[in-house]
Amino acid sequence: MKLLVCISQAPDTTSRIAFTNDDREFDSNGVQYIVNPYDEWYALVRAIELKEQQGGTVTTITVGGTQCDPTIRKALAIGADDAVRIDSEPTDAMQVARLIAGYANGKGFDVILCGKETIDHNGAVVPAMLAELLDCGFVANATHMEVNGSEASVKREAAGGEENVNVMLPMVLSAAKGMAEQRIPNMRGIMSARTKPLAVEAATAESGSRIERFALPPEKGACKIIDAENAAELIRLLREEAKVI
Amino acid sequence: MSVLAIINTQNGSATKSGLEAASYAAGLAAQLGTDAVGIVAGPLSSADAIGATGITRTLHHEGAVQDSGQWAKLAAAAAGAAGATHVVCGHDHFGRAVAPRVAIRMNSGLVAGVTHLPEGGTVRKNVFSGKAMADVAVTTDKAVYTVTPNAFGVSTDGSTTAVEAFSADLGAARETVTGFESASGDGQVPLPEAELVVSAGRGLKGPENWGIVEELATALGATTACSRPVSDIGWRPHHEHVGQTGITIRPNLYIAAGISGAIQHLAGVNQSKTIVVINTDPEAPFFKAADYGIVGDAFEVLPKLTAALHALDS
Ligand SMILES: Cc1cc2nc3c(=O)[nH]c(=O)nc-3n(C[C@H](O)[C@H](O)[C@H](O)COP(=O)(O)OP(=O)(O)OC[C@H]3O[C@@H](n4cnc5c(N)ncnc54)[C@H](O)[C@@H]3O)c2cc1C
Repeated sequence: MKLLVCISQAPDTTSRIAFTNDDREFDSNGVQYIVNPYDEWYALVRAIELKEQQGGTVTTITVGGTQCDPTIRKALAIGADDAVRIDSEPTDAMQVARLIAGYANGKGFDVILCGKETIDHNGAVVPAMLAELLDCGFVANATHMEVNGSEASVKREAAGGEENVNVMLPMVLSAAKGMAEQRIPNMRGIMSARTKPLAVEAATAESGSRIERFALPPEKGACKIIDAENAAELIRLLREEAKVI
Repeated sequence: MSVLAIINTQNGSATKSGLEAASYAAGLAAQLGTDAVGIVAGPLSSADAIGATGITRTLHHEGAVQDSGQWAKLAAAAAGAAGATHVVCGHDHFGRAVAPRVAIRMNSGLVAGVTHLPEGGTVRKNVFSGKAMADVAVTTDKAVYTVTPNAFGVSTDGSTTAVEAFSADLGAARETVTGFESASGDGQVPLPEAELVVSAGRGLKGPENWGIVEELATALGATTACSRPVSDIGWRPHHEHVGQTGITIRPNLYIAAGISGAIQHLAGVNQSKTIVVINTDPEAPFFKAADYGIVGDAFEVLPKLTAALHALDS
């Protein structure tokens, strides 16, 4: 089975979020980058499991500059066989999807796995765009997936529960919690990742949008403390002051 | 020219997120001085709720469509037929699968998870899991927007909508839905759509203690949620996990009991309109993000809140 996993880097979850250049750019000063958790914990690990069960190869693909190489090496350390980096600084998800589709088209990947969204842009856009560009089936927010021959049976999050879906291969999916368990790379993985192939390719593609500026949410006012003995007072405040119940 | 809303349905009625997309489309159409048109597929028992959002014309594809690729073909055909310059869809599971495909088909820029109507050439969305916002400009002639659940609301000041049969060549399906498993907590509003949420963390000490959380949720008509470690250790199901690596929600009321308020948890909930925190530790970071707080033991406070609600009803 030929598996492709889309890997994005994202600021560590504890990063201070601030902006520079007149609020036009994310201030990456002092920010630690990690593999986007949904890509790493769920998409990548499930791809490695499928390879372990059924044989095949796991390739990762990342759109970005050399600053992405440490996160790519981490994915290789967890167990991907090789990596591709499309050397481009994308302005939006459409451009990322087009660059990845441009690479994947015609290469015979059976399943392309993505995380359900990145924790910085929260778009959840690349996976379905990829499916459309490659003209194949797609499942969003998949929590479970088995491949049976030319078909996959997938569970996905749906309003009020989970849906079972059968999808013809080749397919694209976006992975959510439940799909797999996080794996910590071991020493051997980390050592071998240094010499696994990382191909860098140049490509360009059109984007469809551009971030003009960022803003931070307004500060919360002070928290009103209510005495624990007087819980009924809280209900009154929620009704009469906050008017939410 | 028009604005097209992709309106998903369930059991013959528009979903809440479908009605939010319709309301947003109607608001945008008013801004542009044009009409809002809807596209619906499958059984539709009544179009009243759709009309009420301000959608004046509803294109109806009789057969139900499950496949995301087929849905995209249908929506793009409807956009063509209606001369739509903008397409709006909910940012739920449905919209995440369909809207990006539509954007590719129509070669139009997509802004995912918008929270406001466009203003001055940009549209606002949340980024960094709710820790910041971005104003995004679409650089193509046409635009696709998906609307964050609970951000825009459902409007009801429209009137009626004219329903017209619509069909398009959808090609073959590649995705087939074979079953549905309803989550525990049956009857609750799904978490992303919920307006009232009662959430609990490791401070509850074990799954056997969730009765007091569920009783408060029932008394409020709220949906239950939890912190990540609670779902990781299996005390609660995965779909209740909120936060940076779980679900991002923005209910009107978020009650957090026995949750410390780690930055990753706050990221998923800090856009809630009103936040109530119940924690034994007065130094818990969550109090800094809260509107109301009770420093106390959840095991005592939660039943008191439930009792106070029951007292109001009687
Ligand atoms: C990459 C990454 C991603 C993460 N993503 C998420 C995420 O999406 N969502 C998430 O929730 N976490 C996430 N976390 C974990 C997060 O950092 C915290 O560890 C977690 O939120 C803590 O959960 P908690 O508040 O339930 O438990 P604790 O931190 O253990 O807090 C328990 C709280 O309960 C209080 N308490 C104890 N007894 C009582 C009582 N009887 N009554 C009232 N209060 C009591 C304590 O004072 C304490 O404040 C992530 C972490 C990482 C590293």
